[in-house]
Amino acid sequence: MNLDELRDAAEAERSRQAGFTGRVRCCTASGCVASGATESCEAFKALLARHGLTDQVEVIPTGCMGLCGQGPLVTVEPGEVLYQQVTPAVAETIVTGHLVGGAPVAAAMVDTTVPFFTSQVRIVNEHSGRIDATRIEGYLAAGGYEALAKAVGEMQPGAVIDEIRASGLRGRGGGGYPTGLKWAITRKIEADQKYVVCNADEGDPGAFMDRSVLESDPHRVLEGMAIAGYAVGASQGYIYVRAEYPLAIERLKAAIRQAERHGVLGNRLLESGFSFRIDLRVGAGAFVCGEETALLRSIEGRRGRPHPRPPYPSEAGLFGKPTVINNVETFANVAPIIARGGAWFAGIGTPKSAGTKVFALAGKIRNTGLIEVPMGIALRTIVFDIGGGTPEGTTFKAAQTGGPSGGCIPAAHLDLPVDYESLQAVGSIMGSGGLIVMDSTSSMVDVARYFMEFSMDESCGKCIPCRVGTVQLHGLLDKLTRREATAADLALLEELCVMVKETSLCGLGQAAPNPVLSTLRFFRDEYQAVLQPAGEG
Amino acid sequence: MTATQPPRAAAHPSGDKRFKLLDRAINLHQGDGHALIEVLHTAQNVFGFLEDDILLYIAHALKRPLSQVYGVATFYHYFRLKPPGRHTFVLCQGTACYVKGAPALQQAVERRCGVRFGQTTGDGRVSLLTARCVGSCGLAPVAVVDEQMAPKLSEADALARLERWLTEPEPAP
Repeated sequence: MNLDELRDAAEAERSRQAGFTGRVRCCTASGCVASGATESCEAFKALLARHGLTDQVEVIPTGCMGLCGQGPLVTVEPGEVLYQQVTPAVAETIVTGHLVGGAPVAAAMVDTTVPFFTSQVRIVNEHSGRIDATRIEGYLAAGGYEALAKAVGEMQPGAVIDEIRASGLRGRGGGGYPTGLKWAITRKIEADQKYVVCNADEGDPGAFMDRSVLESDPHRVLEGMAIAGYAVGASQGYIYVRAEYPLAIERLKAAIRQAERHGVLGNRLLESGFSFRIDLRVGAGAFVCGEETALLRSIEGRRGRPHPRPPYPSEAGLFGKPTVINNVETFANVAPIIARGGAWFAGIGTPKSAGTKVFALAGKIRNTGLIEVPMGIALRTIVFDIGGGTPEGTTFKAAQTGGPSGGCIPAAHLDLPVDYESLQAVGSIMGSGGLIVMDSTSSMVDVARYFMEFSMDESCGKCIPCRVGTVQLHGLLDKLTRREATAADLALLEELCVMVKETSLCGLGQAAPNPVLSTLRFFRDEYQAVLQPAGEG
Repeated sequence: MTATQPPRAAAHPSGDKRFKLLDRAINLHQGDGHALIEVLHTAQNVFGFLEDDILLYIAHALKRPLSQVYGVATFYHYFRLKPPGRHTFVLCQGTACYVKGAPALQQAVERRCGVRFGQTTGDGRVSLLTARCVGSCGLAPVAVVDEQMAPKLSEADALARLERWLTEPEPAP
């Protein structure tokens, strides 16, 4: 398929869509499916058939609509009305009331004029909840693969990289390394084979941004990877996705097949001279595989154990070849940057942290779900305006970002702008985007112990500081939560934290003490409150 | 396909048809050792767990040392080397679930089943497993109950499900 045929296919889909006067968009991402979205979606189809509306109203399985705690979510046209908790019974009232009667059903409606919706800026999730997540035609009709066509048809690989550099895009997996720079390094190295790898091993507990992107708009990620492949001179890509995400795997497999059939992936894609294949690799439940060198070993079919860098994957990665490895959200930003230009992207967010960031809001917060906000937004805006604050009767205590590698940000820092540097300055990290709110009922010592248990279990065992250190740290934290620790134990805990942080081999170990250090920094009183006088412990 | 590809037309000597599915996965990757994890996934899907002879079979087919196959199978949490119970209860241990009461749920479930998470009840009815995070944090606490997501799971609901499993009549052999 060449560009003209691609545009014809997009046009055909648009006119097919225009043939319907109404639309029922059913969120069919994991969250809503767990709440019963499949049954509701089927109920809509049956009800529309019963009312003879099948030719006039289309039922579309879409991706995430954001407000995951209130699923199943459905958007109905005419009127773009968002409904929550749409059980089959509610579906019936919507069909008879809204679609047949013409009057939206007020009881199930969600007010979309509240900050949860109006404060968001959607780039990564612009199609999420809008387009059909299961058919490539939906993506094409929304302008999909135009950026890839532009890159391979009109731009030199170097120009693609210049555009990414100009955009200021930084790695969304948490590290924040400039994406354009990473690509430029891989491009410069001469090799018979190079690879592009997408890290979809979203292992941070409490993070589900990447799952949502993969389930809602899988082609966006494929397109970004293909553009990366063209830019660096790679012909093979791998997506490494967690086994815990069966729906994302299913959607990706279907998307890859469709893209190959449409000639936007594979040999001489879009009738250009460029060939790019993408294969899926399914992880097997090892957090350490989110670390890039460990992930590459896992794709090679080996144990996911990290190795020291340098050499960085950009120089010697998968099978020893130069490899670009980026996170799902990073790749999802690529197509719009190429389509609309790096300067447009750089204009969003802050000078050093351009663009938007997707956060997964969870924990003790009213509006749980997925949000996308411009970088530099105040944490207070996220927690209180968008998230609606903590539930009735409790007060905000801390926001945890970065999972087991991150830290807790206390109320005193609520006005902090959310960008890579500011979060680091208070001892946390941007991380991949999990944001968990703790209220007055959460014990911070207990939270620190929870994360240390995680790191201890997930340590791969290769280097001693991490393998032994996390066990000792966990033991000390356990002692603290059992109220058996003394001031000497606390001193030992702090000393050990620094040792593990400074001497571990990979990011897992180096970051494992972060939750302890950050809670010690802001909630030392909670540690001291559980200490026992020396000699009695 | 290379000339070194072993002929795989013959059925497995045990007559177990499931080996055909496993062979298909091995051939799909052209016997490439890099596909070890993919092949282990298929094997677990087909056989339910990774028995020693299955690991031997895979090691032979992919021309990898058994130590390496065993090493990989034990390194990753997802692979099971013991037969699972008839029903599985996978409790999510993500941060959101933790904050929203997963530890209490865990204790209640362990008390009812009389085994810890990571174990299977003596009668082989229920396996209790944990997941690091299933990514449905907006619906915390969640469990994956017999492959179905159970959102906002209450202790009463969890115990009711276990009760059914633990008291249902044994199926005919």
